Amino acid sequence: MNIQINDLIAKLEAEFDDIEKGTLTAQTSFKDLDEWSSMQALIVIALVDEHYDVALTGDDLMECENIQDIYDKIKER
Amino acid sequence: MAFVSIPSVALKGVAACVPLQQESNASYEYLSEKERQKLIKTTGVAFRRIAQQSTTASDLSFEATQTLLEKLDWQREEVDVLINVTQTPDYLIPNTAIILQNRLGLSNQCLAFDINLGCSGYVYGLQVLAKMLDGQHLKKGLLLAGDKSSHSVNPKDKSTYPLFGDAGSATALEFDINAAPMHFQLNSDGSGYEAIIVRAGGLRVPMSKEQLEVKEISERIARANNELELNGLDVFSFATTKVPKQIRQLLNETQQTIEDMDFFVFHQANKLMNELIRKKIKADADKTLYSLQNFGNTSSASIPLTMVVHLQEAFLQKQRLLLSGFGVGLSWASAIVETQKVVCPPLVEWG
Repeated sequence: MNIQINDLIAKLEAEFDDIEKGTLTAQTSFKDLDEWSSMQALIVIALVDEHYDVALTGDDLMECENIQDIYDKIKER
Repeated sequence: MAFVSIPSVALKGVAACVPLQQESNASYEYLSEKERQKLIKTTGVAFRRIAQQSTTASDLSFEATQTLLEKLDWQREEVDVLINVTQTPDYLIPNTAIILQNRLGLSNQCLAFDINLGCSGYVYGLQVLAKMLDGQHLKKGLLLAGDKSSHSVNPKDKSTYPLFGDAGSATALEFDINAAPMHFQLNSDGSGYEAIIVRAGGLRVPMSKEQLEVKEISERIARANNELELNGLDVFSFATTKVPKQIRQLLNETQQTIEDMDFFVFHQANKLMNELIRKKIKADADKTLYSLQNFGNTSSASIPLTMVVHLQEAFLQKQRLLLSGFGVGLSWASAIVETQKVVCPPLVEWG
């Protein structure tokens, strides 16, 4: 799939209330962010589904350490 | 494949009842102010109605039925079938529907039984009842659907408590040779039975003192084994993949399009999930109805409650509705129902 990681990062930044634009990187361990929660996990799954038409499961997300891993999962579908 | 078309049955009336007592998620004490705001924004649930301790789900459905029968031009002895959909029955034995037959003053000729389904239960109930009405011996039927989910959730479980509200409902179906056919697509996947579960109290895990012990599962998630457990991520993945597919199959089978529908009434799970389903099937936001802002996830009553909240005036005209219920089981069911004039009294607030 032809997606840019910067596009994914920008979309994720918009969904975290406490994250300033330009703060997240491909290497950010999103699960270590203060705002991370099961609710935030749902929001990320919905975002990926809506924008990239890829249905990640909770297990998929648990396997991801950083944003690069989410990006890779989207690319491989 | 569980596609079913049922001719000659009309939806004649629908009523719903919620408890008077309201709780607000803005004051849910197990979350910080910021988390509450996020919860309300993401799930869409701002308020919930909570039944008194002495009230059962069947009390709410009973009140809805009383109101509906008053407005419908039906005699009680004419009701041939009573189906009660619930996962929170009055007793483990007997079926609540049979108690309701007597309480409602229906005839001994009326057949009555419960269906144990939750989120998909209303659409399943419609299918079962509609199929039974043959116009020969069985002409009129009532479908009651209600749950007191507040009984099943622990207030210290942030993953369930702020989502669920209590409600009951009643729907009247009648054999009518002139009615447009109702179309159904019904599915099940028992491999996901643990996604929404009350583990203890049945035979697999019999009730004991130990099962009543409230344990901390993770931060601000505490519950006993006889209380509802919900794996939100699994349910989300299930619903957002299976439901759009089922709706597309139903439309294909009936050679109809999304644009042919006047309203979409989905089970009220949570806003994020329902909106993703809506966007995937490309349903118009203006035609997609919600009651979860004020009532939360009301389990089997969510679809009729949403209809009563929004469609009272619209029900005076002909409407084509796409209904879809999905969740516990896992079980999912969608229907296309064309209505003519539907008796729809205002929401009953009781208790």
